[in-house]
Amino acid sequence: MIEAPTPADIPAAVLPRGRALRRGLRANPLLLAGALTALFIVIVAVLAPLLAPFPGDAGTATHPFTVLKPPSAAHWFGTDQVGRDVLSRVIYGARISPLIAVIVLVIACLIGVPLGIAAGYFGGWVDEVIMRVTDVFLAFPSLLLALALAAVLPASLTSLTIAIAVTWWPWYTRLIRGQAASVAGRPYIDSCRALGIPRWRIIVRHILPNSVTPLIVQVSLDVGGVILTASALSFLGLGAQDPTPDWGLMVAEGQNYFTTAWWVVTFPGIAIMVTAFAFNLLGDGLRDLLDPRRSLLP
Amino acid sequence: MTVYVARRVALAALVVAGVIIATFVIARVVPGDPAATWAGPHASAAQVAAARRFLGLDRPPAVQLLAYFGGILSGNWGLSVHTHQPVLSDIGTAAPASLELVTAALIIALVVAVPLGLISARWPGGVADQAIRAASILGVSMPIFWMALILQLVFSQQLHWLPAAGEYSPNLLFSHPLTRVTGFSLVDALLTGNWPMLGSILAHLVLPAVVVAAYPAGLIARMVRAQVLDTVGETHIQMLRALGFRERAVFGRFAMKLAWNPVAAAVALVFGYSLVNTFLVEAIFDWPGLGSYAAASIATLDTPAILGVTLFIALVYVAANLIVDILQAALDPRIRLR
Amino acid sequence: MNLHMSDVRVRFGDRQVVDISEFGVGAAEIVGLAGESGSGKSMTTLAILGLAHTVGATVSGSIRLDGTELTALSQRELREIRGRRIAAIFQSPAMAFSPVFKVGSVVLRALRLHGMSRADAADAAARAMRQVLLAPDLLDRYPAQLSGGQLQRVAIALALALRAEVLLADEPTSALDVTVQAEVLDLLRGLRERDGMSVLLISHDLAVVAELCDRVAIMQRGEIVEQGPAGQVLSAPQHEYTAELLAAVPRLGPERATPILAAPPAAAPPPPVTAPPPPAAAPPPPAGPGDGGAAGEVGGAPADGEGSG
Repeated sequence: MIEAPTPADIPAAVLPRGRALRRGLRANPLLLAGALTALFIVIVAVLAPLLAPFPGDAGTATHPFTVLKPPSAAHWFGTDQVGRDVLSRVIYGARISPLIAVIVLVIACLIGVPLGIAAGYFGGWVDEVIMRVTDVFLAFPSLLLALALAAVLPASLTSLTIAIAVTWWPWYTRLIRGQAASVAGRPYIDSCRALGIPRWRIIVRHILPNSVTPLIVQVSLDVGGVILTASALSFLGLGAQDPTPDWGLMVAEGQNYFTTAWWVVTFPGIAIMVTAFAFNLLGDGLRDLLDPRRSLLP
Repeated sequence: MTVYVARRVALAALVVAGVIIATFVIARVVPGDPAATWAGPHASAAQVAAARRFLGLDRPPAVQLLAYFGGILSGNWGLSVHTHQPVLSDIGTAAPASLELVTAALIIALVVAVPLGLISARWPGGVADQAIRAASILGVSMPIFWMALILQLVFSQQLHWLPAAGEYSPNLLFSHPLTRVTGFSLVDALLTGNWPMLGSILAHLVLPAVVVAAYPAGLIARMVRAQVLDTVGETHIQMLRALGFRERAVFGRFAMKLAWNPVAAAVALVFGYSLVNTFLVEAIFDWPGLGSYAAASIATLDTPAILGVTLFIALVYVAANLIVDILQAALDPRIRLR
Repeated sequence: MNLHMSDVRVRFGDRQVVDISEFGVGAAEIVGLAGESGSGKSMTTLAILGLAHTVGATVSGSIRLDGTELTALSQRELREIRGRRIAAIFQSPAMAFSPVFKVGSVVLRALRLHGMSRADAADAAARAMRQVLLAPDLLDRYPAQLSGGQLQRVAIALALALRAEVLLADEPTSALDVTVQAEVLDLLRGLRERDGMSVLLISHDLAVVAELCDRVAIMQRGEIVEQGPAGQVLSAPQHEYTAELLAAVPRLGPERATPILAAPPAAAPPPPVTAPPPPAAAPPPPAGPGDGGAAGEVGGAPADGEGSG
């Protein structure tokens, strides 16, 4: 079948605590950098109203007399084509991307995980049906399906979120199914059944916790991916609409003025890159920490 | 081997059927009335009804699905609202340029990423490894559309090293016009010995290809590193060392051979992904491929065109995965012997 | 002496895993290095080959091959010796061959690496295969298509074709079942008798050691606690550890499981003074998965094997 790349089967490893965690972090400077940057971005997002010099510019304010001004002391990142302070808009934009990512991933998990567990635990025709449907979804490169959906729905952040979530859940179903199937096949599950423990209890107390580790890693890796997908869709006009200070939208809006006013496009783009980079570093480092086989040392 | 291939082909066919059904469903999700859109904003009720009959929207959904299926399989992919051409022929005109772009990008990615991955694996934990790792993750974190704009600004506008847009220099249209043979510009230029055109196309190809190559390069470098590191702990690697092979050969030839398999699979996956990335890049570079067509369709909300492109790319993706599955079985005897 | 080790210490950082004051293998001699798993036997192999650094260990002391000091050689010089003068076979034959290469491909590449022409290499490989009683066309197969016993024989054939002087056999029969084991041991004996090869046999299985070896050294936690002619050491152990190992061998019935060899005991070097054993944890297996010996398992119990070769 069309095999999507799943992360290598991670043995049920525990997140190291205390000294082991500190040692892991020291050995992995990239993880530390990623974690700190991600934290920084979250803080900026939360404190946006306090940090942005011109909070109104993130909304409907326009300043026709300060259009396309280059970076200066007053406007660190310059102003855009309707005179809004780019720095303020970039700061407020930090509220949008990570939030969308979180919502998308939560929805994707809420749909994907139960389906994956059902497929893995029950097997048989339940498994077949679920996996065939998943295969069809996975036959589309992820951006494509989200794009097609977003294109047919009225353009808004809500449609964008739904569109991405709908394309994302199948990956988790496949991932969880593999784990659930292998856990369900273990002898102690048979013992549980023989002891008459009700099915739902077996699933919730045994299957679920043991299948979840690779999911945690995958989700943390996916944050960056969702952020990039969302900004790409917004760039194409399928997501946020003006005046929302979405970074992708800002790049799209600034395109036409790019050759003379490079700052309108550059700073939002850097913001997207740094955010995606930070979360990708975080997810990657997390995977290293949890999967002993992938350690840096020989 | 034939059994394996037959099995894979049958499964792929099943998925293709599912994909076609999926595009049908998406098309029906469109809010608003397609018949009204077709008839235009000033149409009367009768005209809208006629449009509905014309578009076959008055028939029960199951019949519509069958008709859709039949249409797809017989080459009728609908008419583009924007160009008023059959979508399939639009795609046929636009696709070759994108396929060239993605292929060029993947070649660049492999040439750059495989050696870097090997270096990473050879000295894991070292400075080079950390740097390559950071660069790889950066590669997969790049907003493609932004990278395209920046590269265009720097290398075209500021440095004037490379052309800014288009597939080839427009003056060549008159001095060295390109005769179409296969539809693939590069191939055609090569076949007809049109060297000035070939050079011009290649020069125009560089920037967009580099942009599209960023993600695959990052992915492949990390994949090679991971796969090779997984292998070097194994006994057969020690045996090769014990036989006197140089580290370079141990990594480059033996360990890498094992890594090609998963790398090939990744390349197939990323081919489809990159084809979609062209949507974000081609319009900026005015590269006349599927991406430009798709971006224009999105801008004009040309639903049949959007879905046609979606279907096309999904089919390419399924085909690419099928080919890789078969290639993997050919490269790694363990798979077909299973 | 063909291979002589003195004052050899192998360390992981400051953790010492091997400490051999005096040990050697003579020409056309089969010497056993026995001890429980984790005692540092495999690290000794890597140290001799100059490959200890690949698992992060450092080696000090003297390892001489027929007069050449191996520890003083550069990697390039060592590469010429590896395979050509010192050959190695490993515990898990199925894992010792790269799964995506035909077995013959590795053999031929190795022979050509050490200077043979393509034609000579093909000939030597075919001859060696026949010597180990395998049809030469088996070289055209992938490792997955051969059994464990066959693969181990190909490994031995490789050593033969390269005309090595010394063979390091690291638990060569542990992953094989008993009938196949006997055949492989026969082949090893043949190497000594017919080709004059010295063999260093590393094993946790005292029965195998007893059957094959002229001399034996008992290793405990990286140190050789006793060495001497096999018959002498195994029937009249001087050191308590040796006695413990022997006692651990399962016996069927009242007879002793370890046969007494008929060869007269040669003059054995005095057993080295044992320092208090370092509180070391077991060193990581140098060659990845496939380490068949469970911790503490000693004696003649065969590991579950693959089909007969």
